Amino acid sequence: MLGRSLALGAALLGLAALEEPALAQGAGEQFLPRLVYRTGAYAPNGIPFANGAADYYTMLNERDGGIGGVKVVMEECETGYATDKGVECYERLKSKGATGAAYVSPLSTGITFALTEKVFSDKIPLLTLGYGRSESRNGAVFPWNFIALGSYWTAADVAIQHIAKELGGMDKLKGKKISLVYHDSPYGKEPIPALQLRAQKNGFEFTAIPVTHPGVEQKSQWLAIRQNRPDYVLLWGWGVMNSVAIQEAAAVAYPRDKMIGVWWSGAEPDVTPAGDKATGYKALLLQHPAGKFAVHADIEKHVYAKGQGVGKDTLGQVLFNRGLIDSMIGSEAIRTAQGKFGKKPLTGEQVRWGFENLNIDAARIKALGFEGMLAPFKFSCADHQGADMARVHQWDGKAWKVISDFYTADRSLLDPLVADAAAKYAAEKKITPECAKS
Amino acid sequence: MLYREAGQFKSSYSADMAMFPIRQDRIALALLLVVAFFIVPFVASDYFLRAILVPFLILSLGAIGLNILVGYCGQISLGAGAFMAIGAYSTYKFTTGVHLPLDWFGTEISIPPLAVLPSILLGGFMAAIVGILFGIPSLRIKGLYLAVATLAAQFFFDWVFIRVKWFSNYTPSGSVAAPELNFFGLVVHSSIERYLLCLAFVTVFAFIAKNLVRGSLGRQWMAIRDMDIAAELMGIRPFYAKLTAFAVSSFMIGISGALWAFVYLGAWEPLAFDINRSFQLLFMVIIGGLGSILGSFLGAAFILILPIFLDQVPHALGIPISVETISHLVFIIQGSLICYLLIVEPHGFARLWAIAKEKLRLWPYPY
Repeated sequence: MLGRSLALGAALLGLAALEEPALAQGAGEQFLPRLVYRTGAYAPNGIPFANGAADYYTMLNERDGGIGGVKVVMEECETGYATDKGVECYERLKSKGATGAAYVSPLSTGITFALTEKVFSDKIPLLTLGYGRSESRNGAVFPWNFIALGSYWTAADVAIQHIAKELGGMDKLKGKKISLVYHDSPYGKEPIPALQLRAQKNGFEFTAIPVTHPGVEQKSQWLAIRQNRPDYVLLWGWGVMNSVAIQEAAAVAYPRDKMIGVWWSGAEPDVTPAGDKATGYKALLLQHPAGKFAVHADIEKHVYAKGQGVGKDTLGQVLFNRGLIDSMIGSEAIRTAQGKFGKKPLTGEQVRWGFENLNIDAARIKALGFEGMLAPFKFSCADHQGADMARVHQWDGKAWKVISDFYTADRSLLDPLVADAAAKYAAEKKITPECAKS
Repeated sequence: MLYREAGQFKSSYSADMAMFPIRQDRIALALLLVVAFFIVPFVASDYFLRAILVPFLILSLGAIGLNILVGYCGQISLGAGAFMAIGAYSTYKFTTGVHLPLDWFGTEISIPPLAVLPSILLGGFMAAIVGILFGIPSLRIKGLYLAVATLAAQFFFDWVFIRVKWFSNYTPSGSVAAPELNFFGLVVHSSIERYLLCLAFVTVFAFIAKNLVRGSLGRQWMAIRDMDIAAELMGIRPFYAKLTAFAVSSFMIGISGALWAFVYLGAWEPLAFDINRSFQLLFMVIIGGLGSILGSFLGAAFILILPIFLDQVPHALGIPISVETISHLVFIIQGSLICYLLIVEPHGFARLWAIAKEKLRLWPYPY
């Protein structure tokens, strides 16, 4: 009997805990929800990114006492890369802290699609660094989405440009066969329209080969590639799918140096499980390479030396560095917004202003310690992406080596795609495209 | 003492066969409905309504639907996720307008965009039709073999909604966004409105289900479940009984799929209704109690709410554990609880509830 009443008491306590409003967070602190995945099939890639994003804020708190003196408080929530879990995490964290969530960065295209519907009414910016809805570049239709630095359409275009360069010119693409092996989800399907457009324009033959989630079974896909013998294979995978693809490519003797991954398929966890088979594999770079820069020294000094931080063993990896950039863009947006609204915890709506007016020039990049990692960029209402550049790097068996200069995606080709898709979305959702007056 | 039916005399057959024959049950249910409709929306936080109660109600509806098929009619189904997907995508198509060119017949089907409520109901009907189609094999194959046949439905519809671009209105990403939830001019937007909408749907369909299972149809289902040959000899047509079970079950699951997509997620992809969703619903039914409407709610609460709650305990208590450890712990705790429960009470929460009721009748003087 006692046991039963204890169980009942525990259950009631549990309900109370679920109901518990945000407490323990000081009034003078900026709250930042962190949707991460450190478990499941996508954890190998989710962990370094989450580590980098977290350690950057820990470093800001330790070194500068936060952003403009306002300490940043983070809370992680495990999504497991699942959309419904991501929505739950978002709802759980969106109104915590003194002013609610500053912004959300879910690192999942599926969750981004679901949250895009919700941030409109919750007024929370959605930072999607190099992933998410490609058409959300149009800030008049998607005021809350910030698809910073690149979309899948940018990536597709740059990948084709690199292939053309390897072949010796755009005209050499004619008659070539290019296959896309993609994760069968919104993430993997996004680049297809851009690639079809390129195929039409440059006259290559394009085939898209889907791989079902989570991508551990790819035998039939690579058999199709063995029969079809495409000149190049583009890989749009995430998590274990990437390393499996590289191993399957080796099994059918498809040359790894004819494979080009998107920037989400080009990190250490993607190639190390494949061992020697991964040597020669190429992938796009979302501007920044692997390695350590000035900002890493600060993190080592202010975070790891004090026994804090979570990502010591992933420091300097590709995805760790991308996590750093993600947090850098977010924190700079908050800093920009502080310039207008004052040095205090800001609401999502105020941070959105900061994003839209964010201008990271070369001097600022140097001051932040990101010199060599990325090029200057600037957001505006019409352009929530800010940059169109990417490079290519290659795995030499031990490390990633940058093998190309910066490519710039052809906006004359992609902008009509963005405009079309955004107009369609606006019509479906009855949005009047308009830039906020600020 | 409080829960005793002594003195409640039934003077007619209809009173004896009432949905809730005991007066205390009726009072408790009325109170529960009053609390759910009039008190919960005003005291519960935004997060609690939107991220816990809304999915709980929607999946409860799905579990009720599946319970009719598995619990009452004894036809094991692993295709619940597919029927949810059919409900969701049909509703999406009806709200955005259906244009299906039938060139072979020299005609085309063209339906203008419909309002949300009729679309959701039509979505349920589409699921029911497909349910009947996939129920036909149940007349020949039984038990686990039927589970495999319904599994085929699951994979088939996963494939259809990923590959046939018509269903997602040719969006390049394959992800579709639900249109505005406009119910006769009232736009459902806030958490309270979403919660009340789901609650209304679930209340109506739970009553319908409760009513069906005590009537002629429900008795036919249960007769088929308990021994199909005997049922047939008694004059029950297995064809009719099984296919109605498939139809009613798929209808409710389809409605819950439509609500899951439109009210909870807002934007979705076929992955939202994959095989894991089918398993989730089946576990809710098994843990909650086969052949019990109340069990469907209890099972949904256990499978859906318990992990969310466990996930937040360490943080609420201020224990610093990393998120991955917590999420592994949640798996371990919930897994052990499921094993424990199935060993101690294989008939699920509904049976525990029934035992509690029996004890309450004797309390405080048990013999």
